[in-house]
Amino acid sequence: MAEEVKLFRTWSSGYALRIVWALKLKGIEYETIFEDLTNKSPSLLQYNPIHGKVPVLVHDGKPVCESLVILEYVDETWKHNPLLPQDPYEKSMARFWANFGDDKLMKSIWQLFIAREKDQDVAAVEALENLKLVEEQLKGKKFFHGETIGYLDLAFGWFADFVSILEEIMSLKLVDGERFPHLSSWIQHFMDAPVIRDCWPPRDKMIIKYQVMREKYLAAATPK
Amino acid sequence: MGSGENKVVLHGMWASPYVKRVELALKIKGIPFEYVEENLRNKSPQLLKYNPVQKKVPVLVHNGKPVCESLVILEYLDEVWSTGPQLLPKEPYQRANFRFWAAYIQQLLESIFKLFNADKEAHEKPLQEVHEKLRNLEDGVKEFYFPEGSPNHISAENLGILDVMLVSVLGPFRAKEEAFSVKILDPGKNPLIFSWIQALIELPLVKEVVPPHDKMVGVLQFLKQSGFKF
Repeated sequence: MAEEVKLFRTWSSGYALRIVWALKLKGIEYETIFEDLTNKSPSLLQYNPIHGKVPVLVHDGKPVCESLVILEYVDETWKHNPLLPQDPYEKSMARFWANFGDDKLMKSIWQLFIAREKDQDVAAVEALENLKLVEEQLKGKKFFHGETIGYLDLAFGWFADFVSILEEIMSLKLVDGERFPHLSSWIQHFMDAPVIRDCWPPRDKMIIKYQVMREKYLAAATPK
Repeated sequence: MGSGENKVVLHGMWASPYVKRVELALKIKGIPFEYVEENLRNKSPQLLKYNPVQKKVPVLVHNGKPVCESLVILEYLDEVWSTGPQLLPKEPYQRANFRFWAAYIQQLLESIFKLFNADKEAHEKPLQEVHEKLRNLEDGVKEFYFPEGSPNHISAENLGILDVMLVSVLGPFRAKEEAFSVKILDPGKNPLIFSWIQALIELPLVKEVVPPHDKMVGVLQFLKQSGFKF
C-alpha cells in the first residue's frame, strides 16, 4: 500500500524546516501544502484544531503536530538514517538541549532582536550566556551528534539562518568567530550541508519579513 | 535503595509539580530511589553541579549521571526501564499523540500559573484561559483515552504519562482553589477530567505523592503574599 505523507508548512517557518530536512534525510516522499497563517485552510484547522499552527505532518490521514514531536515520530516510523542517538542518556541530552534551544535560546535572541537601542546591551547579556552554553556542547564535534547531522542540528537549524539575518538587520556581530569558534564553524557546516542548503527560504524575503516585524515591535514599544 | 549498580537519586522540592511527575513515575515503574529535598533558597552544591544550566529541580541522577527537565526524565525512565509498566505506548502514532497531550497538560499548568500571578481583580481572563484548556483537554483525550466515556480503566497497574502529568497539575486542585478562591475544575463543565482526577487521587500510590492539602494551601498563600510570580 502506498504511503501518503503530507506536510503543512509556511515558506518561512523554521519549525517546519526541521521536518523538511528530516524527511529529506530519510528520503521520504511527501506532498507540501503551503499555508498562509492569516488565512488558514480548513484542512489545517481540521488537523491541528488546538493550535492551528505549522508544521503538521499527516501520515496516511493521521495528523502529528508540534515539530519536536513530529521529529520523534518520523524517527520512530522510518528507522533508517536515525536522527536521535540510540543510547537513552545521549537521547535525554539531545531532548534537553532541543528544549533549551526553543525555550531559552530562542526567547533571549528574540528579546535582543526586538530590544530598543538603549536596552540592547542588557538583552545581549542573556543571549550571549545562552550562546556560550551551546558553544560548549559543540566542542570537539562537527555537528551536535558528531560527524553527521542529526536531531539536535535540525532543532537548532533555525538559529543558523536567523543569526545572519539578525546581524544584518541590526548591524551587529552576535556570533563572532573568536568568541564562538565552534558555533561559527557549526553554522558554516550546517548552512552548506548538501541536504540542508537547498531548503533555506529566500534570504531577501526573510530580511524584509523580519525587518518589518522588528519595526512593528519597536514602534509598539516606543512611548507615545 | 538501589545497589551500586543502579543508583537513582531524585533531587526535588515537595511542592513542585515538576518533581511530583518524576516521583510518581518512579513509583509506577517500581524503581527504588533516594530522595533529596532541596531548599530552593539555598541550593545544594550537588544540585548546582548536576543542573548548572537551569539550577532547578527535578534532577534525576542515575549512576552519577544527571538528567534534567521533567518530561525528558520521564522519557529516559521509560527507555532505561523498558520492561514492566511503561509510561508511553509502543506504537509511534500513539506515542506522538501522548507526547502532544502531555505537553498540553504542561501548558494547562502554565495557564494556572498565570492565574496565580494575576491580581484578584484581573482573574477573569486567565481563568477563562484555564477553562478553555480544560475543555480542549477533555475533548482531546476523550476519544483515545476514555473510549467508554469514564475513567473505569484507571488503576495502579496501568498508569501512564498522561495520568502522571494530570496528577502533577491537578492533584492538588482543591488546595489551589482554596488558596486563590477560584473554581478551577467544575464537574459540570469538565465531567471527564473531574472524574479522571478523582479516580487518580484515590489510588494509594498517588496519595503518597500529592502534597497534603493544608500544607499546599499554606505555601501557595505564602508565595502570593510575598509577591512571588510563577
